[in-house]
Amino acid sequence: MFSTSLRKAPEGFLTQADIKHISKGRRDLFSGAFKTALSGMALASLPSLAKDDPNIVELPAHSKGLGQGVATNPYGVPSQYEKNIQRRESPGLTQVTQAGVSFCPLQSLFGIVTPSGLHFERHHQGWWDIDPTKHRLMINGSDEKMLKRPMVFTMDELLRMPSMTRTHFIECGANSGMEWGNVAVPTVQYTHGMLSCSEFTGVPLRALLELCGVDFKRAKFVLAEGADGSSMTRTIPLSLIQNDEVLVAYGQNGEMLRPENGYPLRLVVPGVQGVSWVKYLRRIEVGDMPYATKDEVIGYADLMKDGLHRQYTSIQEVKSVITSPSGGQVLLQKGFCNISGVAWSGRGAIKRVEVSVDGGRNWRVARLQTPVMSKCLTRFQIDWSWSGDASLLMSRAVDETGHIQPTYAQNRAVRGSRGIYHNNSIQTWLVEQSGEVKNVQLS
Amino acid sequence: MFSYRKLAGLMFALVCAALGATSYAQTQKYGPVSHISGMGRTATPTEIAAWDIDVRPDFKGLPKGAGSVVQGEKIWEAQCASCHGAFAESNQVFFTLVGYTNKKDVEVGRVASLQLTSDVPYRTMTMKLSTVSTLWDYINRAMPWTAPKSLKPDEVFAVTAYLLNLANVVPDDFVLTDKNIAEVQKLIPNRNGMTTKHAMWPGTEFGGMNGLKAKPDTQGSNCMRDCPVDPKVVSSIPAYAMNAHGNLAEQNRLIGGVRGLDTSKPKTDIVAVEDAPKAIPNKAISKIKTSEIGPILQKNTCTACHAVAAKVMGPAFKEVAKKYASRSDAANYLAGKIKSGGAGVWGSIPMPPMNISDAESKKIAQWLSQGSVD
Repeated sequence: MFSTSLRKAPEGFLTQADIKHISKGRRDLFSGAFKTALSGMALASLPSLAKDDPNIVELPAHSKGLGQGVATNPYGVPSQYEKNIQRRESPGLTQVTQAGVSFCPLQSLFGIVTPSGLHFERHHQGWWDIDPTKHRLMINGSDEKMLKRPMVFTMDELLRMPSMTRTHFIECGANSGMEWGNVAVPTVQYTHGMLSCSEFTGVPLRALLELCGVDFKRAKFVLAEGADGSSMTRTIPLSLIQNDEVLVAYGQNGEMLRPENGYPLRLVVPGVQGVSWVKYLRRIEVGDMPYATKDEVIGYADLMKDGLHRQYTSIQEVKSVITSPSGGQVLLQKGFCNISGVAWSGRGAIKRVEVSVDGGRNWRVARLQTPVMSKCLTRFQIDWSWSGDASLLMSRAVDETGHIQPTYAQNRAVRGSRGIYHNNSIQTWLVEQSGEVKNVQLS
Repeated sequence: MFSYRKLAGLMFALVCAALGATSYAQTQKYGPVSHISGMGRTATPTEIAAWDIDVRPDFKGLPKGAGSVVQGEKIWEAQCASCHGAFAESNQVFFTLVGYTNKKDVEVGRVASLQLTSDVPYRTMTMKLSTVSTLWDYINRAMPWTAPKSLKPDEVFAVTAYLLNLANVVPDDFVLTDKNIAEVQKLIPNRNGMTTKHAMWPGTEFGGMNGLKAKPDTQGSNCMRDCPVDPKVVSSIPAYAMNAHGNLAEQNRLIGGVRGLDTSKPKTDIVAVEDAPKAIPNKAISKIKTSEIGPILQKNTCTACHAVAAKVMGPAFKEVAKKYASRSDAANYLAGKIKSGGAGVWGSIPMPPMNISDAESKKIAQWLSQGSVD
């Protein structure tokens, strides 16, 4: 049990008035600290306290008592102070949670790996926790000559096979879709939170197709089908399968997939929109023509200006976003600010990320955290000294194919603004003089 | 002897090495399967028949069967209308299925209301549908919502026929069958409305336009200094909508260089910090009486599914009040829930979103959040 005498950090309960106090350097605890903190941070100008910090001089309970034992939580959970970091719905986006979306809290994440419990969710007819001993994967052909033998695999067999482990981002084709026309949502959780990145473990689909004796000369497309109510189906190109990119995956971040993410088996299709990563994967059909499934006709087709829909648009193109500071946050003080964000491309590895703090007039190259991996999130950071003036923060990614992330104006000139899918436009955050950060779009 | 070719080869190797240093290619090799034995077994014909239910655009996989518009209407009213509306016009639960296509569309196979000049309020399923197989396949595999795969093939033909009749594609006395469905495909309003000429398919299966090496249709600028832009903010969130996603202060970490913005209160910029008004304690708000709320519940048809003390379709108001008594944001939460509807909190029967004014949903929510509704 935590002692009730543990006092929560007052920073956790800042009101707007408190924040104003802080940003004006008037908080009682400090004496004129922030005015001097602005200038170069020489040792002589370090802030000094008017009185001693009680968090130091009054020893806390955890330094003076006995803590908890091992395996108190046999499966560990985050600190009680991290309860704000949750996946959340966007009100009004969908009317039923079983066909809804929950967004990943990108504003609070570090590095590139998404904790499995915070991985974004998109269900089509509700999620299930499926008994893995009863789950089967069937592989058959659209006709009898497409493969030598249709086969059934158990989870036991799939886990017995040699595995591959790779780290990839997964992004919903509709990520940032609410923003095609205009600004609609306040924070990066809702603008970009249908994005996650995990280490996946599984068997290359190519190996299973070979066991079935697939006629690779005739086969061109594969249909992936889920075992849930919607029995989600998507068409996958065989060319992507043949180079071992596509995995039949059971592992996620060192453990089994979470039920919300397809336990016990899902397809991993690197670089391709999340809807193709069929969850609760029960069947693969090898065929010679695309399947025009519901989410290749009614959804996930991109409406162009001439009224035509682009069908089978699948690649998630080069994109990046600053996650901190980002919309709905408040900068507490002027001076040093570490701008941090993520970049990714469905065409390969990120080559460069550039950051502007003046609305795109001038750009600087950001530092990339290594390793930089293909079709995987890449963390970038750049130093910034906030003067207290209104600033427009933007990031622009370039991938290894030379594709440069476009602005809203550049995207809309080609694709219009009525689409839902594949919005990879540059995101702009306005930092106001108050320190408040707003989601904005520029002319 | 000096060789330019050797030099070029060396340069290439150096470039590759340099790339390797910054970009870690995830190219672990997975060998041939010849050494793997004892994995999997042959699927039986009965097993394949049980799962292989997909119907392709060329109707491969379509079972034999027939269903009329008239039969479809009966099934629709019993099993589909509660979510989609009697005429597939509802957008209360899912997006609208039928609407905004016309006779000309059926003739030419392109839907005029998808044009840029169109002013339709939203896009319907029949505006976008280009292959009738898609409609048949999805009804068959995923409908009805709470009992997918329960319709027999004849019933799927009937429901498909009814929807196509609502969209004025087939007449009232039409019977859709596996024999005539290919003819019906030639009448689908948006049958010519799709293109695969783009660079976003990650393979070469659709021809030259596609593949990872294809040139994307958009490209950003590589300008780094004094770029010719005149950044003006043309779109932002209005102040009143900042709290629409809940209090952003509660959606951010409690430590670090930033905090979440407290959006629960109106912006206080114009109030001097020292003179900020003190929050009004909850007790100061007078309690709302059930007698006062009754007419609002009646008017908004809440009482069709809810009663004060007893469970009807939905939970009793007393139970709702009890459940959220300790939740500090109960009034806000419930006001939102009344407007957006929901499912799963009180069982499997969903509550549809209610068409109710903000003021009235807030008042009901306030009444419920008092902890007791007497």
